[in-house]
Amino acid sequence: MSDEKNTMNEQRPAAGSGAAEAGAPETGVAKTGADDVVLRIEDLAVDFRTEGGAARAVRDANLVVRRGETVAIVGESGSGKTTLAMAVLGLLASNGSVAEGHIWFQGEDLGEAGPQHLARLRGTELGLVPQDPMTNLDPVMRIGRQIDEGLIDNGLRTRRDARARTVELLDEVGLPDAGRRASQYPHEFSGGMRQRALIAMGLSGRPALLVADEPTSALDVTVQRGILDQLSDLTHELGTAVLLITHDLGLAAERADKVVVMYRGEIVEQGPARDVLRNPRHEYTRRLMASAPSLASRRIEIARKRGLDDVLDRTLLAHEDGAADRGAAPLVSVRDVSKVFRIRGQGLLGRGKDFTAVDGVSLDIPRGSTVAVVGESGSGKSTLARMILDIETPTTGTIHFDGRPAGGSTQAERIAYRRRVQPVFQDPYSSLDPMYSVFRAIEEPLRAHRFGDPEARRARVEELAEQVALGKGLLRRFPSELSGGQRQRVAIARALALKPELVVCDEAVSALDVVVQAQILRLLAGLQEELGLTYLFITHDLAVVRQIADRVLVMQNGMLVEEGTVDEVFDSPRTEYTRTLLDAIPGKDLELAL
Amino acid sequence: MSTGELPPTSGAGGAASAPLHEPASIHGDDGGAAGADHSGEGVWRRAWRTLRRNPVAIAGFVIVAAFVIVAVLAPLIAPYGPHELPGRTDVRPTYIPGPSAEYWLGVDRYGGDVFSKLIWGARASLLVGVVSTLFGLTGGMLIGLLAGWFGRWVDFAAMRLVDLMLSVPSLLLAVSIAAVAGQSQMAVIVAIGVVQVPIFARLLRGSMLAQRGQDYVLAASALGLTRRSVTMSHVLPNSVGPVIVQATLTLATAVIEAAALSFLGLGGGEPSTAEWGRMLTAAQQELAVAPRLAILPGLCIAITALGFTLVGESLREALDPRNRTRR
Amino acid sequence: MLRLVGQRLLLLIPLLLGLSVLLFAWVRALPGGPVTAMLGERYTPEAAAAIEAEMGLDQPLIVQYGKYLLRLLQGDLGTSLRSGRPVLEEFVNRFPATIELTVVALIFAIGIGIPLGYLAARRAGTVVDHTAVVVSLVGVTVPVFFLAFILKYFFAVELGWFPTSGRMSPTMEATHPTNFYVLDGILTAEWDAAWDALVHLILPGIALGTIPLAIIARMTRAAVSEVQNADYVRTARAKGIRPARLRTEHILRNAMLPVLTTIGLQVGLLLSGAVLTETVFAFSGIGSFLAEAVFNADYPVLQGFVLLIAVTYALVNLLVDVSYGLIDPRLRRQQ
Repeated sequence: MSDEKNTMNEQRPAAGSGAAEAGAPETGVAKTGADDVVLRIEDLAVDFRTEGGAARAVRDANLVVRRGETVAIVGESGSGKTTLAMAVLGLLASNGSVAEGHIWFQGEDLGEAGPQHLARLRGTELGLVPQDPMTNLDPVMRIGRQIDEGLIDNGLRTRRDARARTVELLDEVGLPDAGRRASQYPHEFSGGMRQRALIAMGLSGRPALLVADEPTSALDVTVQRGILDQLSDLTHELGTAVLLITHDLGLAAERADKVVVMYRGEIVEQGPARDVLRNPRHEYTRRLMASAPSLASRRIEIARKRGLDDVLDRTLLAHEDGAADRGAAPLVSVRDVSKVFRIRGQGLLGRGKDFTAVDGVSLDIPRGSTVAVVGESGSGKSTLARMILDIETPTTGTIHFDGRPAGGSTQAERIAYRRRVQPVFQDPYSSLDPMYSVFRAIEEPLRAHRFGDPEARRARVEELAEQVALGKGLLRRFPSELSGGQRQRVAIARALALKPELVVCDEAVSALDVVVQAQILRLLAGLQEELGLTYLFITHDLAVVRQIADRVLVMQNGMLVEEGTVDEVFDSPRTEYTRTLLDAIPGKDLELAL
Repeated sequence: MSTGELPPTSGAGGAASAPLHEPASIHGDDGGAAGADHSGEGVWRRAWRTLRRNPVAIAGFVIVAAFVIVAVLAPLIAPYGPHELPGRTDVRPTYIPGPSAEYWLGVDRYGGDVFSKLIWGARASLLVGVVSTLFGLTGGMLIGLLAGWFGRWVDFAAMRLVDLMLSVPSLLLAVSIAAVAGQSQMAVIVAIGVVQVPIFARLLRGSMLAQRGQDYVLAASALGLTRRSVTMSHVLPNSVGPVIVQATLTLATAVIEAAALSFLGLGGGEPSTAEWGRMLTAAQQELAVAPRLAILPGLCIAITALGFTLVGESLREALDPRNRTRR
Repeated sequence: MLRLVGQRLLLLIPLLLGLSVLLFAWVRALPGGPVTAMLGERYTPEAAAAIEAEMGLDQPLIVQYGKYLLRLLQGDLGTSLRSGRPVLEEFVNRFPATIELTVVALIFAIGIGIPLGYLAARRAGTVVDHTAVVVSLVGVTVPVFFLAFILKYFFAVELGWFPTSGRMSPTMEATHPTNFYVLDGILTAEWDAAWDALVHLILPGIALGTIPLAIIARMTRAAVSEVQNADYVRTARAKGIRPARLRTEHILRNAMLPVLTTIGLQVGLLLSGAVLTETVFAFSGIGSFLAEAVFNADYPVLQGFVLLIAVTYALVNLLVDVSYGLIDPRLRRQQ
């Protein structure tokens, strides 16, 4: 992990990316020689055979990637962006096939090339940096060998000097102590280190085109930027064209020369990054721009600077600063709370080790406000939330809720406490019981707390469904029949059923696509206004926080490192760590249409 | 494991499932969308619908149904009673009469009508299979539930007991238990049932533990549900799927094991008893003279076991969350 | 690695203790009490008195158990009622035969099961796949002893290709330094004896190996289907490595992890099956001896053999766990 921090801190201000070169002529437009084109996709359609017949995942796709150019494909999950990229590499899942159109790679039609020729191109002319570093390395093979084998099989190096080259490549992507690291296994690497190894792998054949499929979205935010910088530096140096797949429009605009927006299998808009950002033509692009937290954060920044209050009103979801009554006693007050977990030792006699997840944290949550706790994985933010929810008990310290100790000593007290404090969890796929219909899920808390007769409960469930904008027709559905956003609405309705005072949102929007994410955030803001709720918002994403929170707390390694109002923290962060987190939000130098 | 009738496409992950994900409209999810044809369908009903379309499952159901009907209606179908030996006089030391109009499948060494005995044998197998499976299921669920409920030392003790029972190969365990339980059909049933107990216990406990870690269980306890209602209304219903699948497969195992115990001379009764395992054992002496005497009961055992296995495996597949499409 | 083995061996102790308690209780639960059960038709007041004295039945249970445990620790597992020889000796004499049989069965099961499962997964939906599915279903539903019957009837009785029973032809003259007949033949360079012993192993080996074959084939099929769709396999393909390397070093190696565990578990099944198969083929291993013991109510043999077989089973699974660590680096050094 510490390796990551080092590279992350030495950030190059403008890493040779599109946004930084905004003044230079459009790379794509200026040079038009046909030789320059690395990849040309013409009228491409990709089908998947499914039980219900063929499903078209990509249709009428046209795009061009030139030498040394970075083209970003932006879209939500299911938009076909990854499918498009995999079609280029010839790595579609076994039930997928190119149904129509052509993929020209360096003047050659890959559709005609045949699988063996394509296999030869992969690892030499075509490279891939996959999405999830946790699943993309073979767990039982040493890292070095996983790179060697590509070099050897592609005839780039002999068996003898492959290893030296591998170490060189690992060194090149900023992996410290590459020689030793090469003989380690993936499970001995951190996520960031794995991703660096995967980048080394993708670039090992010095490809003309590198497909980078969400290369950093599975990593902690502070690591993301360092790795993206390294990637853009290297590809720039080597003149590699990059097809960057991402869901983050801000990131795409910052890193790419050209942005391609995909929606439901179709390319709805493409053009130079600046043009798309300044003047989005398609409705979906506009929607995406309005939703992306990174861009919203940037927009708030610009609007503040220029004093554009109407823009602020539109973007900010929290109420005005200090709206929450300052003088009144806070709803929740946490004092010097620590949580120590005992990790079981190995074997029969192995001694357990202590792990301090939360270390001496104090905080107040004013009634009616939104307090956000931000931190990376392992920072202790979720443990803190669980202690406030009374799912975990603090090892030391106290938590008071409305003047009284949180939770309770008897089961009756605990149950009474739970009526007032409710959670909304991250993963909308696992937070609902798959055997419960939507109606039953929302009704459950009412039944558990003996709320009225069945008729009254039905009325209340319907009222709740309406509050979270969930169609009545959905009430008899089961979770597996709902989209992620719909599930999260159900989870919110269920949390609100008992009219709680505090709602703890643990990464409640992180698993959702940006457009849906923005809707849920708006919903939460609206409900706060309507019902006078207090929110504790746990997230790893600072950009989201700017839109919705009143106060921000930053946690690192179990400790609180920064606290303040949103503006204080964003405008004048006091610690280096917070600054790193802020820098990690993509698009901080972008010019946006307001 | 998949039994192969599913198109291979459904297994392909990653990119393949991408296009079928999240039907978000341009305005995101506005609460209305998602046009599932079978809306409002629970996990079990959905599994049932999958099963009904699965030819393997249908084949299994047909076999099982035929077996159950024959077993239940044995007195009506069988030409002779279970203990009757109508062909006694026709059997010579060197000659056992083969199939004829009178005895469709011939007679055996003792002069019993093979056809009738096979039918009565179905009845014995059904009894042994169902009762011993119920025995194993109940015992296992009880231990698994206790372990999952109380946790800590109860769990520890229960699981050590389970380990202990599983450390002895199943047939030996059954033989040992049958030896204690005496020479009777009940002894065989108990022996086979006890052998299944640790398997069910471990399965239920493991499955409950897996559910415990799910967010929805956490959410339910955060809603203020008591521990009992969280376990009873969330954890348990979501954990029984694998147990029910196992029970179906156990019905097959039980029929086979019962035959094996008969073969080893356990279970008491006359050698001429109308029971498939016993018939198979007796036929060993006649292998050269009348192989049908071994082949027929053997086939009955195998086909019955196959029926239950097909149903169990298809059920497993239908309940597998990985095969459930998210809409 | 050694630590792992040491730890696992330590864990065997409570298991064996528990088992000894169960077996101790078992003898006392036998119908009619231990003395009657042990003696059966051979009952005489003198014999009963002798047994009572040996087991110390007049003493408190805890003392009785202590004595039993002490005898176990000295390797005294009791005496066979039929042969009058020590149970341990009977076991040791016959175990090599069963090991030989089990090894042949495992070779048959693994040698066919893994390739079949692998091909089924790689060619999903083809004839190979369907064959594998049918084999794996039929394999688990045919009773072992029925299969043994059928094989014996067709290939030994009808076609006469193989001997019908025994470990070796009665006419064969051979010396047996180790009691592993095939090995003996090789060691003493009596090739015809080795061959003869091997031929005797084939039919029982196939009968015994069929269920494990079915289970290994379906496990392999499932594991390979999963691994071949894994992200790292796609990434390996993106590197442009040779298909042969992809198959052996990435797909097969990862898929073998769950299969290995399955193979370990098959040993229990094989030891169960040996009781039936050896009986059908009159193959004098521990299985047929055990079957005889059941038939003759020779309880000391049953008691001793159950313990010894459980130990064998536990040791085999320990071996599997250790070799698992060799393949999977994640388990090699957990700190």
